[in-house]
Amino acid sequence: MITGGQERGASGRDYRIMALLVVALIAAPFLGVYPVLLMKILCFALFACAFNLLLGYSGLLSFGHAAFFGGAAYITGYLCKNLGLGPGTGILAGTVCALALGWVVGSLAIRRAGIYFAMITLALAQMMYFVWLQLEFTGGEDGLQGIPRGRLAGIVDLSQDLNLYFVVLAICAAGFWVVYRAIHSPFGQVLKAIRENEPRAISLGYDVDRVKLLAFTLSAGLAGLAGSTKSLVLQLASLTDVHWHMSGEVVLMTLLGGLGTVFGPLVGAALVVLLQNAAVFGRWTLVAQGVIFVVCVLVFRRGIVGEIAALFKRVTRPQKP
Amino acid sequence: MIEVFGVPLQGLFGQLLVGLINGSFYAVLSLGLAIIFGLLNIINFTHGAQYMMGAFFAWIGLTKFGLSYWAALLVAPLLVGAIGMVIERTMLKRLYHLDHLYGLLLTFGLALIIEGYFFNEFGSSGQSYDIPEALSGGTNLGFVFLPNYRAWVVVASIVMCLVSWFLIERTRLGAYLRAGTENPKLLQSFGVNVPLLVTLTYGYGVALAAFAGVLAAPVFQVSPDMGSKLIIVVFAVVVIGGMGSILGSIVTGLGLGVIEGLTKVYFPEFSATIIFLIMVIVLLLRPAGLFGRVR
Repeated sequence: MITGGQERGASGRDYRIMALLVVALIAAPFLGVYPVLLMKILCFALFACAFNLLLGYSGLLSFGHAAFFGGAAYITGYLCKNLGLGPGTGILAGTVCALALGWVVGSLAIRRAGIYFAMITLALAQMMYFVWLQLEFTGGEDGLQGIPRGRLAGIVDLSQDLNLYFVVLAICAAGFWVVYRAIHSPFGQVLKAIRENEPRAISLGYDVDRVKLLAFTLSAGLAGLAGSTKSLVLQLASLTDVHWHMSGEVVLMTLLGGLGTVFGPLVGAALVVLLQNAAVFGRWTLVAQGVIFVVCVLVFRRGIVGEIAALFKRVTRPQKP
Repeated sequence: MIEVFGVPLQGLFGQLLVGLINGSFYAVLSLGLAIIFGLLNIINFTHGAQYMMGAFFAWIGLTKFGLSYWAALLVAPLLVGAIGMVIERTMLKRLYHLDHLYGLLLTFGLALIIEGYFFNEFGSSGQSYDIPEALSGGTNLGFVFLPNYRAWVVVASIVMCLVSWFLIERTRLGAYLRAGTENPKLLQSFGVNVPLLVTLTYGYGVALAAFAGVLAAPVFQVSPDMGSKLIIVVFAVVVIGGMGSILGSIVTGLGLGVIEGLTKVYFPEFSATIIFLIMVIVLLLRPAGLFGRVR
C-alpha cells in the first residue's frame, strides 16, 4: 500500500508550525513578495491538500482531480463573467458543483479498487474534458478570459491584489483546517484503517464504501474550492485546468512534498509552482516533471516533508542500545 | 446512391473502417497492457508513449536512414522493446514489493519524460508518413471503395493479436507466463528464471505497442501527443473489457472502435465521449468488466 509519513495525532508541533505559517503569510505581501504568485501557490496548495486527503490518507489514487479543479473554475468563471454574479456566490457555486461531480465520479470509481480506480477516474475526467471543450461558453481553446473579481459581499473590492490576497488566504486556511480536522477525526482514523487493511476494516463493521465516497466527495469539493478561487485570482479558466496534465501535476506536488504528511502538499505545491513560474527548465518543464516523478518514486518515496520528519525522529530519539 | 438511415453508404463505410482501425489499436494496446499487468501487476502508463515512439522510429528511420516501412515494422518494435527491457531492469524491478500504484506513478513520469523529449525535438505539429507503395491505392468492392492500407492495418493487428494468443496459450514459454501470472514464487521454485521471464514479458508488451505505432504512422499524423490521447481511451477499454482474457481484449477493442465509428456518423457530438459513457454503463451493470474476473 501507499505509505505516508509517520502517524500521529493532532500535535502541539503542528499547531506551532501552522501559527508560524499564518504569521509569515500575513506578513509576506508587506515584505515585497508578489501577492498574485502567493495566491497561486495558496490555491495549488489547497488543491494538493485535498488530493492528499485521498491518496495520502485513504490510499485512493485519483488520476482525474483536474475535473473538479478545472470544472469549478469554469462554473465560477461563467457565473461571474457571463451572469455577473458576485465572487462569493461564484466560489460557492463552483464548490457545490465540484462536490456534486465528486459524488457522482466517486460512486462510479469506488466500484473498483486499486489500479482500476485510477484508470476510471482518469477516464471520467477525460470525458469531462471533452464536455468542456464542446460547451460554447468555455471558449474552447481560448478559455474564459478576463473573469471579473468583483466585490465580496458588495463591499470589499477584490480587484485590489492585497484585498483578494487576504480573502484567498482565509479561504485556503479554512480549507486546510477542514482537511486537518478530517484527518485527525475518528473519520480520518477509519480512512487510515481502510488504507492499511481494507478487509479488516470491513470485518470491524465499517461501511467502507460509504467512508471512501465521503472522503472522495470532500476531496473533490475542496479541489473545486481551490479551482474556483484560482479562476478569480488569475481571472482565467481554461482547458489547461481540466487537462490530464493538471491531474498529474497535483499528484506530483503531493508526492514531492510527502504523501500522507500534513504539510507536504504545501511544500510540494510551492516548489512546483515556483519552478513553473521561474521557468527554470524552460521547454524542458515536462521532462523535468517526469524526472521528479521517477526520482520520487524510486528513491524518495516519503517526499521532502516525510524525509525531514524521519530525520528529525532519528536525531531526537536515538536508538536504544 | 445507397443510404443507410440517411447516411450515404460510402461515408458510413469510411467511418466504420476508421472505427475498425481505432478498434484494432485499442485491441493491440489493451492486450499489451493486460499481458504486462498479468505478470508484473503494473499498469504501464508509458504504453501510449511507447506506441508514439514506434511511430516516430518508423518516421525517423524513413526520413533519416531510408529504412523501408517493412523494415520499420520489425526494427521499431525491437528497439522500443529493448528500451522497455532496460526500463524494467533498471527501474520497474525495484517496485515489485510495493503497492501497484507506485508502478503507475513511475510509468506516468516516464511517459512525461518521453513525450516532453519528443515535443522538444520534433515540435507539436504532426509529421506525415507516406503509405508504402505496395499498399497504396484501393480496391473497388462494387458497392464501396476500400483503401488497401486501412484494410492491411486491421488485418495485421488482428493477426498480431492471434499470434500473441497462440504464443501465450499454446507454447511452452506461454505456459510459463500463465503459471507466473498465477503464482510466480512456485514457478521460480521449479527452476524457471522468473525475473528474466518478467523482463521478456514487459519487452513483448511494449513491442506490441510500438508495432501498433508503426501501423498507425501512415494513417494518423506522427505527433508527440498521439500516444497520450489514445492511452486514456485504452484505459477505459480495459475497464470495460477487464484484463482477464486475450480474446476478450480483441472483441472489446474492435467492438468499441466500431461503436465509436458509428457514433461519429449518427451522433457526432458524442463521438469523443461514447467510450467513456459505455464505461460508466458497464461499471453500473457489471463492475468487473465484460470479460473480467474478480480476483
